[in-house]
Amino acid sequence: MSNSTLNLDEIRQQFPILNQEVNGKPLIYLDSAASAQKPLAVLEAIEHYYRNDNSNVHRGAHTLGDRATKNFEAARDTVQKFINAKSRQEIIWTKGTTEAINIIASGLSSSLEKGDEIIVSRMEHHANIVPWQMAAEKCGAIIRVLDINEQGELNVDQLDSLLNERSKVLAVTHVSNVLGTINPVKTLIQKAQKNGLITVIDGAQAVPHFQVDVQDLDCDFYVFSSHKLFGPTGLGVLYGKTAQLESLPPYQGGGEMIERVSFDHTTYNVLPYKFEAGTPAISEAVSFAAAIDYFTGLDRAAVEVHEQALLVSAHEQAKNIPGLRIIGTAKQKVPVMSFEIEGLHSSDIGTLLDQQGIGIRTGHHCAMPLMDYLGVSGTARASFAFYNTLEEVDQLFTSLAKIQRMFA
Amino acid sequence: MSEIDLATFKASPFGTEICQTDILEAFEFLDDWEERYSYIIDLGKSLPAFPESEKIEQNFIHGCQSQVWLIHKMDEADKKLYLLIESDAIIVKGLAAVVLATFNAKTPDEIKTLDVEALFEKMDLIRHISPTRGNGLRSMIERVKLIAQNN
Ligand SMILES: Cc1ncc(COP(=O)(O)O)c(C=O)c1O
Repeated sequence: MSNSTLNLDEIRQQFPILNQEVNGKPLIYLDSAASAQKPLAVLEAIEHYYRNDNSNVHRGAHTLGDRATKNFEAARDTVQKFINAKSRQEIIWTKGTTEAINIIASGLSSSLEKGDEIIVSRMEHHANIVPWQMAAEKCGAIIRVLDINEQGELNVDQLDSLLNERSKVLAVTHVSNVLGTINPVKTLIQKAQKNGLITVIDGAQAVPHFQVDVQDLDCDFYVFSSHKLFGPTGLGVLYGKTAQLESLPPYQGGGEMIERVSFDHTTYNVLPYKFEAGTPAISEAVSFAAAIDYFTGLDRAAVEVHEQALLVSAHEQAKNIPGLRIIGTAKQKVPVMSFEIEGLHSSDIGTLLDQQGIGIRTGHHCAMPLMDYLGVSGTARASFAFYNTLEEVDQLFTSLAKIQRMFA
Repeated sequence: MSEIDLATFKASPFGTEICQTDILEAFEFLDDWEERYSYIIDLGKSLPAFPESEKIEQNFIHGCQSQVWLIHKMDEADKKLYLLIESDAIIVKGLAAVVLATFNAKTPDEIKTLDVEALFEKMDLIRHISPTRGNGLRSMIERVKLIAQNN
């Protein structure tokens, strides 16, 4: 039993998908960092939307259109509150984290100049590398890399030596999807700000685990995905300070994002609509709000205590598996454990855990530069959410021990 | 076609001493996943050594998670194709053994008509060749079929 006050039985009843067998064994889902499961509240919100309110937003001269618009915009307010943004117009709907970063990088590429420097870290997901490389290619900017240490923590001090008058953008992840490291982004943002950089924080792996306050962080941009935060796929959030969003050019053209169109001249719509061309993901936004409501309705302190208990248990039990090496031993971690086992390929581990009903992720985790740095071709990664139990962690290690015996 | 000598290729028991039927018969006696996969692991361990010098891009099969290499040689005397496969993942090697038991030491015409999917189906391992599995096994089979086409 966990020493938290979470009622796990009750919680797990809210996630019907968890109650199934896989390969004849009870499912143990340890891949929430890739995509988290959805509570009933989300499933019901999707169904409710399509059964009762479905229609297009912002344009119908009818009741359903009003209802859809009201719920859609209320979802924006929910997100605003969730990350404590100053105003609702700072919340832009996107397809996900990836699209959000593309909107920022592509937009900034029109104001960056040849020789300007974009700083990213060694532990970034490809989503926070490739869009910057594409932007750099367009405008002649240069990518600089903030390094990490053996434990998988950012070299915060190195930032001082990277910063110079050509530094223009700092784009770092709040939490590493591979290592689980929680980065001291507030410190990084302050350093970057003193030098006039625009700061972009990839919060995809942070928001499912702890509270984020964008005003407190004071970053210019903060992005995350709904599907990792217990909401539906196909939706994400781009938060930007109003002034930053005002000066960023639109990403796509079309309906919704315009104020007036003629063949001589088109004027863009106001924030947030300037970045929301076309019919948006309405049911997704509405049900995402239900996910946030569900999540924030939990005892968040207890959630964190429970998640840390899962992580501590995993790290402890890892010691009993000979040849197991944990990759990422930062002092501040979310419940993510990447590992390798001597003599076993991560894909072998993944296949044989799957046979035992346990779903983990294996491979490069869309972080090839980090893999190169770590000198591995891939890792096995178990990632936990609050709906996982300590018994499931135990079962993971029982199963790993079994796999090891099979190879002996 | 590989520069490695034919004798190295011909040392492989797969497709000659160990054929599809041998694997299927062995598999029938295994009743749980643990025994089945232990057998696959053993098959993987028994794959003939793959020449280090041939682990090059040209022989590389782009799967997703594990690295896979495949080389071939045609014996002009018996007109059969000889194959060697390597992977850094043991289960992939074991599955490669099944592929080799099917296709190794066969003529290109035989290879074109041979079916390995049905065997994986019978072995309840079909999931491993589904397009969603990034283990390169599907590409491995396609590469063998392509080689047969071109020879
Ligand atoms: C740290 C991080 N950034 C970005 C992404 C990309 O998110 P999405 O695929 O939802 O756009 C992920 C998801 O894997 C991630 O873990």
